[in-house]
Amino acid sequence: MAELLSMSGIDKAFAGVSALSGASLEIAPGEVHALIGQNGAGKSTLIKILTGVYRRDGGVVTFGGKDSVINSPREAQAAGIATIYQELNLVPLRSVTENVMMGYEPKRLGVFINWREAHRRTREILARFGIDIDVRAPLGSYSTAIQQLVAIARAVSLDARLVIMDEPTSSLDASEVEVLFGVVKGLREAGVSVLYVSHFLDELFEICDRVTTMRDGRTVDCRDIAGSTKLELIAAMLGRDADDIEQAGMTEFSGGTAGADLGEVLLTAENVTTGPRLTDFDMTLHRGEIIGLGGLLGAGRTEAARAIFGVDRLTGGRINVKGEASGLETPSAAIEAGFGYLTEDRKAEGIIPDMSVRENLTLALLPKLTKNGQIDRARERELVAHYIKALGIKTANMEQPIRELSGGNQQKVLLARWLAIDPDVLILDEPTRGVDVGAKREIQAIIRDSVAKGVGVILISSEFEEIVEGADRIIVLNEGRIVTELTNPGITEDALVRALAHTEGQAA
Amino acid sequence: MSTQDTELGARPTKTFEWGPFLRTNGGLVALAVILLFNIIVTPNFLQMQTLFVNISQVATIAIVAMGMTLVIATGGIDLSVGAIMALSGAMAPLIFMSEFGQANPALGITAAIVVPLIAALACGLFNGILVANLKVQPIIATLILFISGRGIAQVLTNGNLQTFSNPSFSYLGTGKVLGLPFQGWLAIAIACVLFWVMSRTIFGRYVLAVGGNERAAELSGGPVKRVKIGVYMICGVLSGLAGLIVVAINSASDAARNGNLMELDAIAAAVVGGALLQGGRAPIFGAILGAVIIQLVKYTLLANGVEDEVALIAKAIIILAAVYLQMARKE
Repeated sequence: MAELLSMSGIDKAFAGVSALSGASLEIAPGEVHALIGQNGAGKSTLIKILTGVYRRDGGVVTFGGKDSVINSPREAQAAGIATIYQELNLVPLRSVTENVMMGYEPKRLGVFINWREAHRRTREILARFGIDIDVRAPLGSYSTAIQQLVAIARAVSLDARLVIMDEPTSSLDASEVEVLFGVVKGLREAGVSVLYVSHFLDELFEICDRVTTMRDGRTVDCRDIAGSTKLELIAAMLGRDADDIEQAGMTEFSGGTAGADLGEVLLTAENVTTGPRLTDFDMTLHRGEIIGLGGLLGAGRTEAARAIFGVDRLTGGRINVKGEASGLETPSAAIEAGFGYLTEDRKAEGIIPDMSVRENLTLALLPKLTKNGQIDRARERELVAHYIKALGIKTANMEQPIRELSGGNQQKVLLARWLAIDPDVLILDEPTRGVDVGAKREIQAIIRDSVAKGVGVILISSEFEEIVEGADRIIVLNEGRIVTELTNPGITEDALVRALAHTEGQAA
Repeated sequence: MSTQDTELGARPTKTFEWGPFLRTNGGLVALAVILLFNIIVTPNFLQMQTLFVNISQVATIAIVAMGMTLVIATGGIDLSVGAIMALSGAMAPLIFMSEFGQANPALGITAAIVVPLIAALACGLFNGILVANLKVQPIIATLILFISGRGIAQVLTNGNLQTFSNPSFSYLGTGKVLGLPFQGWLAIAIACVLFWVMSRTIFGRYVLAVGGNERAAELSGGPVKRVKIGVYMICGVLSGLAGLIVVAINSASDAARNGNLMELDAIAAAVVGGALLQGGRAPIFGAILGAVIIQLVKYTLLANGVEDEVALIAKAIIILAAVYLQMARKE
C-alpha cells in the first residue's frame, strides 16, 4: 500500500542538543496511526516538523507521493494536514458558524458575509459528525468535547487528508470520548488518515490500526496494534523487558496494606455541601491511608477536594481537622493546618511558568522560610537541592524556568512543593495525568513513600488501575453524591467499573 | 547580516547575532544611540547643566515608573498616578502656608510632606480595594481616581496656581547632594530598597507569583488580595512623592498641570524597562533605564527645537519598539 505520509531519517537539534536522530513515521491513507513515547521522546518535535513549525536538519518527508516542502503551519493546512491541539485554537466567544467558517466565509457581492449560507453549510458539516447544535450560539457555551469536535469538523471541511490529534481525550469524560471515537472512525471510513497522540494506552487498542513508538529521539517500534499487548507497548516506550514489568505490577502502588491498624484520624467530613455538584459528602481519613475518589468527570471528585482545601465555601456540613471543628476557610489556612493540594490542571492552577524551579518549589513553604519578611535564601537553596535529588527532577539547575521542563518533571516539582511543607494530608488530583510512563511510576513511588511516613492521601485519578491498585478505600461519586464505598484488598477494575455503571443506571 | 559571506550552506558561525542581543539589551542600546546622537548633534550637550536638568526631570518619572512596575508585575495597571501627583502636590503648599504651618515652620514642613503622602497612600488603598476585593478591572478601577483625583486637587486650590517661597520645602526639588540633584539620589535609594524587596522578601516573591499565575499563587497559600492592595499603595505613595517633588522644583503648585500625562510616561518607562503587561516580571532598575530613555528623547527633541506634539509621537514609537521587542522575546 502506498503510504500517504512517509518521514524517514529525520534529524533535528536545538542549540546543538539532538532532539531527533533518524526518526521515521509512515501513515497509510485512511489509517488511524498512534504515536506514543515518554515525554521528551521526540513526538512533538516530529509533529512540529511535519506541520512546518520547525525546519528539519536532515531526512526526507513525502506527503501524498510528493516531496513535501512545508515551511509553515499555514502551508501544512493548504497541503491537507490539520492539527487539533490540546489547547483548542478557536474563539470561544464567537458563534459556532464563525469558528467553522473563519477565513472561508461565503460572500455576497464579494464583501458581505452570506450568513444564511454560512449557517447552512456549518450545520451540514457538523451533521456529518452527528452533531446537531445551535450554530448561532457562542462556541464557548458548549462542552470541551463539542468544541473539540467542532475543531475537527472545521479541519475536515478544509479538505484535510491527515488530521493530527494531540491528546484529544485528556479533558473529555467517558461518553464524550465515545463520540470522539465515532468521529475518528468516520474519518477513517472517509479515507482521511489520523495521527493520534495519547498517553492513554487503552484508547489506542480501541481505535488505532498501527502504533509507532519513539524513544530518545528515535523511532524504535512500529507494529499493528491487533495482536499487541499494552505491556509490550509500555516495554517499547521504556526500553525494558515486558516480563520485568509484569512482575512488578502496572503501578508502583499496593493499596489495602494499611489493614486494620489505622493511624490517628486526620480529617472527617460530614454532610459537606458546596452546591449541586457536591452534596452530603462524608469521609474519614486516617494517617498512612490512601482514600481514592472514584467517578466520572464531573462526578464531584474535584469539588470534594476543593471543599476540603478551603477553595470553595461550604454551604452545609462540617469538616473536622484532627478532631477539632475547624472548617478551613482559605487555602492558606489549609496549608497552615498541614494540607497540600496538587491540582488537576497543572498549567492553569499549578505552575508559575516564568518562575524558576526553585521559586515554584518553595511557594507553599514560603511563610515558614521567612523571618521578618525576608526569605532565608540559603535554607531555600538547600531544600530545593534536596528535593531535586530525592525526586530525581531533571533540570539544568534550580534557576531554570519551570516552563522549560517536561510535564513529568513539572509535576514532580509541584509534588515537591507540597512535600516540602511536611504535610499531614495530601490531596492529589490526577497526579500522573499527562506524564510519561517512567515519570508516572516514579511519582507513584513518591506518593507510596510519603504514605509510609504517615501522610493521609486523597487520590483522584481517571486511570482505574492507579486508583484500584493505590487506594485502601474508594469512595465512588456520581453527580455530586456518594453512591458506594469499596475496600481493598479485593477491589478490581471490574468492580469499580460496575460500581460506576450501576450509578449510571440509577441516574438514567 | 554580513554581506561578504553569502555562500549558501557555509553559514558563517562567527557572525554576531543582533536579534537576541537587541532583545535582551535593547534598552541599553537605545540609551547609547540617544547619547551618541546628542553628543554629535545637540549643542552644548556635554555640560554639567544638561546633566542637572535631566536628572531633576527624570527622577519623578523614575519614581512613579517604579511604582507602576510593581503594579504591572501583578498584572494590573494604575492610571491614577498623575492625578495622585496633582492631589498631593496641591495639599503641600496649603499646609505649610496655613496659619499653623507658618507659626510652626518645622512641624509645618513635616506635615506638608507626611499628610500628602498619607493621602496618596489612601488613594492607593482605594485602588487596591477596588481591584482586589471588588474585582474591578484595574484599568477601570484606577480611572475613577484618574478623573476625580485631579478634580479634588483643583477644588482644594480653587483652581488657582499657588506660588510660594519656601527654601526648606524646595530642597526636595532643588537641593544638591554631592553636587547632584537631591531627587536623583532619592530615586536611586528607592530603587535599591525596592530591588531588595523584590528579590529578597516574601512580599516580592508573592508579587511575581500573583502576576505569573494568580490561581496557582492563591492555591499555594499566597495572600493575593493583600499583595495587590500592597502594590497599589506603594504606587500611590510613590506618585504622591513625585507630586511633591514637582511642586518643589517649580516653587508653585498647579493642580491642572502637575503630573499631567504622567501615567503614560510611567507605563512607557516600565515597559521599555522590560516589565511585561501580563505580569510576572518587575525589573526595578529597568524602570529607571526606561525613565532615562523617555526623558532623554523628550530632551533631545526639545533641545533641537522640535515641537512638543512631535515629542508625543516619538514617545509612541519608543513604546511600540519596546512592546515589539518583548513579543519577540516571548516567541
